[in-house]
Amino acid sequence: MTDDLTRLTVKEAHRLLRLGSVSAADMVTAHVERIERLDPHVKAYLRFTPELWEKQAAEADRLIHEGESRPLLGIPIAIKDVLCVRGVETTAGSQILKGFRPPYTATAVQRLFDAGALMLGVTNCDEFAMGSSTENSSYFPTRNPWDLERVPGGSSGGSAAAVAAGEAMIALGTDTGGSIRQPAALCGVVGMKPTYGRVSRYGLIAFASSLDQVGPFARSVDDAAVVLSLMSGFDPLDATSSERPGMEVLNNYGAGVKGMRLGVPREYYDVKGIEPGVKAAIDAALAVLRMQGAETVDVSLPHTDYGLAAYYIIAPAECSSNLARFDGVRYGLSEVDAPNITEQYLETRRKGFGGEVLRRVMLGTYALSSGYYDAYYLKAQKVRTLIKRDFDEAFKKCDAIVSATSPTVAFPLGAKTQDPLSMYLCDVLTLGGNLAGLPGISVPCGTSDGLPVGLQVLAPQWGENVALRVARAYEEASQVTAQVADVV
Amino acid sequence: MLARLGIEPGDEAYYAEQLSGILEHIDRLQQLDTEHIPPTAQVVEVASRLREDEPRPSLTQEEALANAPAAVNGFFRVPSIQEET
Repeated sequence: MTDDLTRLTVKEAHRLLRLGSVSAADMVTAHVERIERLDPHVKAYLRFTPELWEKQAAEADRLIHEGESRPLLGIPIAIKDVLCVRGVETTAGSQILKGFRPPYTATAVQRLFDAGALMLGVTNCDEFAMGSSTENSSYFPTRNPWDLERVPGGSSGGSAAAVAAGEAMIALGTDTGGSIRQPAALCGVVGMKPTYGRVSRYGLIAFASSLDQVGPFARSVDDAAVVLSLMSGFDPLDATSSERPGMEVLNNYGAGVKGMRLGVPREYYDVKGIEPGVKAAIDAALAVLRMQGAETVDVSLPHTDYGLAAYYIIAPAECSSNLARFDGVRYGLSEVDAPNITEQYLETRRKGFGGEVLRRVMLGTYALSSGYYDAYYLKAQKVRTLIKRDFDEAFKKCDAIVSATSPTVAFPLGAKTQDPLSMYLCDVLTLGGNLAGLPGISVPCGTSDGLPVGLQVLAPQWGENVALRVARAYEEASQVTAQVADVV
Repeated sequence: MLARLGIEPGDEAYYAEQLSGILEHIDRLQQLDTEHIPPTAQVVEVASRLREDEPRPSLTQEEALANAPAAVNGFFRVPSIQEET
């Protein structure tokens, strides 16, 4: 019976909690039991936070008893290892931050705590969110709950796997080039990246500041929508935080797709390396949406072939600057007994950073260095303009853009670790949304060879409600919903 | 050296080869004529915001030093920054 509590959506759990048929403490017990049984196989979590869940569950049960209703009261959540939680070790999947206990809590997390959520633990991710498989974690790789020999995607692979395995009802991730949407697709759950500026980045360990956004993983579009609405809205502690009201993400999102125009970019539809099974699942999803009264229209994003190249200048350039702070002086790993300060920097960073971080810092430093700045960084920023204009043009012909989230289903562990470029290509359909600042959602749309496929819906900036509307209409009409994987 | 990265001796060639492959892919950007295209640094229009310069609560010295690998007398301790003469 308690195991059933780990299969609920937030909406269902909320109802049971309010009726008093289960308590927040029961929710925790059910999830902890399932984690103890499955996580040794899935390895979604890096660490657990009993000191938080005990306190938060007791508080939730007290509030429920007093008749208070909050949207996430008693709901168990997991947090990616890049979002600071006061007093809880937060390491960005890296050795260089081992032992770091933040003195403050990220705004996005705090808002979920304020809504009554219970924190179960910290989820695994690629080091500094750099990667598409969670194999770049400096601790261990996370496994895909649907096939333990395959990756969960990344970089928020631990969060996606936790939700897919019933080890959390909601998880937070971050998306810089696809790090929420791609693992959501590969694990068969819903994942949403909001418009740049919608959710505060305060307390997020920065990777690429002009691209990073925080967003939710859930097992239904409704759950993702409610969690996103709670996290959204102005925060004076993030200079790029929008003043638009957070609740607008829910505007009219249940209205269905009748009369909507859905753009199918030919460059995405026929992207190089797309698997036939993925394409078939997308074709079937488009048919469902047409049956619901949407019109699909042919659109073009002509600079798609240049997106990856622009992204792999801009993101590493920003990361090389953001990661300069890891010098062994104020926190984390340190070679404090080095003979001089330069040796301290070099040794700390040699021991603390893994291979992918080194590659990106080198690439970014090169692209920003004197003599190469115009040819690389400035050029990439100009191409970013062209990519944004592609989307602006496409959105003149359609209300939202639909495609596969990932060209492939989950791949075996180790399949792409020796060839960085092949790993980077995992994000070819998602990183355009980051470069253009768009909101995007991935929803489960069936399987290929028994593995989940994700449908991506991109909307114009501030159009989260449009993306959610298409995703929800698809979910409702197709009856394809996120399932809980039983793993073993 | 500019990036202050220490690399394991012997790994230089491994990284050089991988980075060459990535740069080769990136070189396709040069095919595009961007002479009259403005760069995008910030993708969403947000007006620059300044707050009043007023004192407000922040971390205490103790909190700021709590994660320090080495602290002495309320300072972060680092190795010598100048050569001994």
